[in-house]
Amino acid sequence: MTEGVGQKLNNNELMEENKNTEMNKTPGRISRRTLLGGALAAAIIPVSSSFAKYIQAGVPVGPISDPTKTVGPGPSVLGKRSPFEHPVRKPSDLSSRTPLQDLYSTITPSDLHFERHHAGVATIDPGKYELLIHGMVSRPMKFTLADLKKFPSFTRICFLECAGNFRTGKEEMTPQDVLGLTSQSEWTGVMLSTLLREVGVSEKASWLLAEGSDASLMTRSIPRKGWDEAIIAYGQNGEALRPEQGYPARLLLPGWEGNTNVKWIRRIEISDQPFMTREETSRYTYPVKDKIRMFSFEMDARSIITYPSFPQKVDRGWIEIRGIAWTGRGKIVKVEVSTDAGKTWSSAKLQEPVLDKAHTLFRYLWQWNGENTEILSRAIDETGYIQPTLRQLVDARGTDLGGYHLNPVTSWQIRTDGSVLFKPENWK
Amino acid sequence: MKKKIRGRSIRFIMVIAYGLIAVMLMASHGNGAVKHQQWKGQDTTKWPATFGFGRTATAQEISLWDIAIRPDGKGLPSGEGDAARGKVLYALKCAACHGENGRETPGFKLPAPALVSDTLFKSKPKTIGNYWPYATTLFDYMRRTMPYNLPGSLTNNEVYSLTAFLLGSNQIIKPDFILNAQTLPRVIMPAKKLFVVDDRRGGAEVK
Ligand code: HEC
Repeated sequence: MTEGVGQKLNNNELMEENKNTEMNKTPGRISRRTLLGGALAAAIIPVSSSFAKYIQAGVPVGPISDPTKTVGPGPSVLGKRSPFEHPVRKPSDLSSRTPLQDLYSTITPSDLHFERHHAGVATIDPGKYELLIHGMVSRPMKFTLADLKKFPSFTRICFLECAGNFRTGKEEMTPQDVLGLTSQSEWTGVMLSTLLREVGVSEKASWLLAEGSDASLMTRSIPRKGWDEAIIAYGQNGEALRPEQGYPARLLLPGWEGNTNVKWIRRIEISDQPFMTREETSRYTYPVKDKIRMFSFEMDARSIITYPSFPQKVDRGWIEIRGIAWTGRGKIVKVEVSTDAGKTWSSAKLQEPVLDKAHTLFRYLWQWNGENTEILSRAIDETGYIQPTLRQLVDARGTDLGGYHLNPVTSWQIRTDGSVLFKPENWK
Repeated sequence: MKKKIRGRSIRFIMVIAYGLIAVMLMASHGNGAVKHQQWKGQDTTKWPATFGFGRTATAQEISLWDIAIRPDGKGLPSGEGDAARGKVLYALKCAACHGENGRETPGFKLPAPALVSDTLFKSKPKTIGNYWPYATTLFDYMRRTMPYNLPGSLTNNEVYSLTAFLLGSNQIIKPDFILNAQTLPRVIMPAKKLFVVDDRRGGAEVK
């Protein structure tokens, strides 16, 4: 029946399904899955209009048999998404962005976690992996992955965000385009402090160098104030790290700019001064008036409305405005929403529990009267910091802002026809 | 050959010293200023003095991976290089991606950042001459990851020569300057004086 159709479509999911089917086949008997496997997948074709850039809609073709009259496929070795759901990252040469608009809550499915690396994704044999800690320590040590996993472990939910997260410039931009270089996971590993206790760190030590084992041998200097919360993570959302997130082990510094969370970590050198690596001098720094600011570690509070957003359309009447807010300086205490282009602001509801240095869901119920307007959100964190407008940032830093640590309030324009467009802003 | 450095080395040492003090102050400041005191981390009260997992790293293992270079020159290997040798290497191994002589070609998008600028802060592109605070960073970075298609393939002498060529092209050192472990950390970068450590700690002010 439809199996052949699926093969012609060369649908990857279907091919996977067929592989499983072969494995489950018992000689002399046709498995139920051989007959039925892929029937659903075959009903999906990729949409090839320009619209598909934004929504990978699953379009059912042909009749789908009545599910109450059709026995479905049996248990399998690996689950997968409904064939009707197609959330995807959006890759460029340098990075790949999380589809924030497709997520219902704050844990990013691991295969949708944003990517940013400087020399591709390293492939590391976990059996050969070792972490070296040396420098101002009483005993320089090497730890295998198995060693790391034997230590008391630790689990924590927090966001990661690239310091260069923010794009603007045109109306046809989705939350993924604007702020897709942030994601959130539940991370598991050994706390760095546990390992530092083992090697015996000198009292005089004040910085450490974290070095990756990818082809960029990524290095960042981390001051002592970042050590307490640091984790050498080997788990992401309950399973091993994804290669793109640093398999088999990475540094995790909750709330700190993404680049400091060195992936594929192989070496930690304890020191009493920063190393002034390229990534903390010529990159990840930014002009502030007539100076260049360096060592901006904590990510500033920010938020984005993910619904409604481009290219969705809304109807007049009740709309639950939804989005996420986060800060590298602790907890979000408040998110305010404006539905009149920033003239007045009201508090949104925060989804409990609100976690430290974590994406926090907010919701605001709004009755749209069908007129042109703009909707905005701004985050307020526990230090009293209020997410600024782009104008405020330009006033504080000058027009030569650079692209790092830019966290302006963003705005969606709602048109009378119900279309939603990003509001690009220019500061030059 | 006479070695000449732009600026006076005494002044440079003072700058480094002040820089370090500032940075160390920042580190100790940071400690006290951690806002979210509710963070506890692990309860270690019942832990043994050591778990005994992992092993001592040998000196040989450490030296194999210990490639980082600090602004004070710690980590720089023996060897030397100059701009003339660097120019030849650059044309051979780098120009294809970074442009002829490291400069942007109008109307042509290079696959890699331009590496030569003048030394004025507000000028474009932002690169070695107007935006890099330490010359040691150049050596460290190129040795770890360039050329992009063949990382880790350069010898120490080649890295010294390429560093000399790029510092020379950015008008920071004289063409006949010999770079080695002693002279490289004494090179003063024009952008050094522009760098300030972020002192924001949250709160209402937008900075
Ligand atoms: C195949 C292309 C390619 C070749 C060949 C290449 N590079 Fe690069 N280079 C890059 C890319 C891409 C980057 C930016 C990497 C990044 O940002 O992570 C870069 C970055 C750099 C930087 C840092 C620039 C900055 O502004 O931060 C320097 C310095 C550099 N390369 C020097 C060299 C030298 C010297 C050679 C020759 C030995 C070389 N490169 C060969 C692609 C190349």
